[in-house]
Amino acid sequence: MTDQALPAVRTIEAKVHFANPIGSLVRLLVLFTIAGFVIIPLLSTALGALKTKGELRTNPFGLPTQWLWSNYAGVLTTPHVWEMLGNSFSVGIVTVLITLAVAAPAAFAFAHLKFFGEQLLFNYLLLGLTFPFATAILPLFLQIRDLGLLDTHWGIILPQVAFGLASSVLLMRNAFRHVPAELVEAALIDGASYARIFWSIVLPLSLPILSTVAIVTFVNSWNNYLLPLVVLNSASQYTWPLGLMQFQGLYSTDWPQILTYVTVTIMPAIIVFLLAQRYIVAGLTAGAVKA
Amino acid sequence: MAAIAQRLSFSASLRNQRGWKTALIFAAPAILLFTLFIVVPIFNAAGASFYNWNGLRAPTADKFIGFNNFLQLLGNKTFQRALFNTGLLIGASLFIQLPLGLAMAALVGGRRWGSVAFRMIFFLPFILAEIATGLIFHYIFDGDVGIISVVSQWFGGPPIALLADPNLAIIGILVAATWKYFGFHMMLYIAGMQAIDRSLYEAAEIDGANAWERFIYVTVPGIASTIRLSVFFAILGCLQFFDLVVPLTGGGPLNGSHTIVSFLYYFGIGRMRIGFGDAVGVVLFVICVVVAIGYRRWVMRND
Repeated sequence: MTDQALPAVRTIEAKVHFANPIGSLVRLLVLFTIAGFVIIPLLSTALGALKTKGELRTNPFGLPTQWLWSNYAGVLTTPHVWEMLGNSFSVGIVTVLITLAVAAPAAFAFAHLKFFGEQLLFNYLLLGLTFPFATAILPLFLQIRDLGLLDTHWGIILPQVAFGLASSVLLMRNAFRHVPAELVEAALIDGASYARIFWSIVLPLSLPILSTVAIVTFVNSWNNYLLPLVVLNSASQYTWPLGLMQFQGLYSTDWPQILTYVTVTIMPAIIVFLLAQRYIVAGLTAGAVKA
Repeated sequence: MAAIAQRLSFSASLRNQRGWKTALIFAAPAILLFTLFIVVPIFNAAGASFYNWNGLRAPTADKFIGFNNFLQLLGNKTFQRALFNTGLLIGASLFIQLPLGLAMAALVGGRRWGSVAFRMIFFLPFILAEIATGLIFHYIFDGDVGIISVVSQWFGGPPIALLADPNLAIIGILVAATWKYFGFHMMLYIAGMQAIDRSLYEAAEIDGANAWERFIYVTVPGIASTIRLSVFFAILGCLQFFDLVVPLTGGGPLNGSHTIVSFLYYFGIGRMRIGFGDAVGVVLFVICVVVAIGYRRWVMRND
């Protein structure tokens, strides 16, 4: 009996051990190919920023023969370049602060308070999730103009907050719900106001979700192009993506110079991503999954 | 006992009363901002789409042209091309981008060697600015210095200027979109996979299922709701596709690579034909709403 069973076991084992190395090899081969597809464009961009145009033609993949750091000098001396970086930064920060200040109390109300029309109002906000930003860009432009916010940073910040609200409130409400209702109840009996409960109990317990919302909001604001394009006119107000397109127009086919600007744009994003990837991935995918 | 019960009912009534006022104060700013910048504008757009309006002064009755903007739109060759291109984008998303994301999720979803590093690499393009991504691929596809063209010439081929060809430029946009977004869908799938019960895999293994069979019969059904969701996001994202078009082709050459939204931007805002642009917006809005409601009702009804 045992003699007959043994070979069967052995073949299964053999199969498993045999299948693994080849499977792993194929897996790695595929992964490295796709990783190449992702990384080669980034790498040739970063390296191309240090080459002459002639060398781009002859040596698109390798290290530059002469490292032309002077392209970076060109970036840093462009008029408005620091202003644009500063604009993008301040627009992003203010968008984050207002988003937190507006979305968190609303999320608290939807998570822990019972009031008339609660579900209706929540669904009303959630409409924003499937609402295409782009369809509204024209009327939004007119609305911003009528409010006198054209060519101001508020004209970007407020709509950005409005369009981010649906997912921010949803993410925060789901997280706030993890604070036990009994805790809120107990605090109420002890005489704490809702504002106090929100500020001293719920918020401190929800710092991870606040960070997630903050980072995602900042990344979206930093990358936003369509809205600033429509709202801003003067170069001194421009955010970085607008500046980037302007530089391209300026240098048209001076690719090393353009690639330098692109590198300056993506490097901070890559560094921030590596530092905060846990929050970024959680925020960008959780917002989607829980919709 | 009675005292506690009294206290509890007191707290319940307290909760209801004060909760109502607090809720009003807490939720009001969010509701107001949302209404002011999203709901009101879309209603205005719907109205303006029936006028021949440059957006400057309030449209007067004599500028009312009924469905003329819509009729013009449907007969517009560039708009038809934009619709076609948007359809191509959706097709490329569903049949290239998402399967690629799913395959990568299968390969890096577990705790095998290098999984975390590859995940990060594949997700990285998603967080980069669209404008930067577009410029990177504009360079890659450039007929003079671009990688594709240079490599082609190494092998004795002709220089390739993909973006200079009205019929092929859209392919460059499709490649850039795949590059940028497949990692996002991969992450969604990985998140879905983590919720699958481990014992299902063990059971399948005992039944003699190989890796491919486990993927087809356990993983894919296990993340079916995530796949349906990612298809939904992909379609809505393609319908709103704009940012990558500007740095890659600007809709050209010969208006061959417009999407619905780039058409809206260049022909509505760019030429100050607000009524006409609003008509594009309304068409897009209707498509999105029909897709969203239909999809939720028929495909995602059990999710």
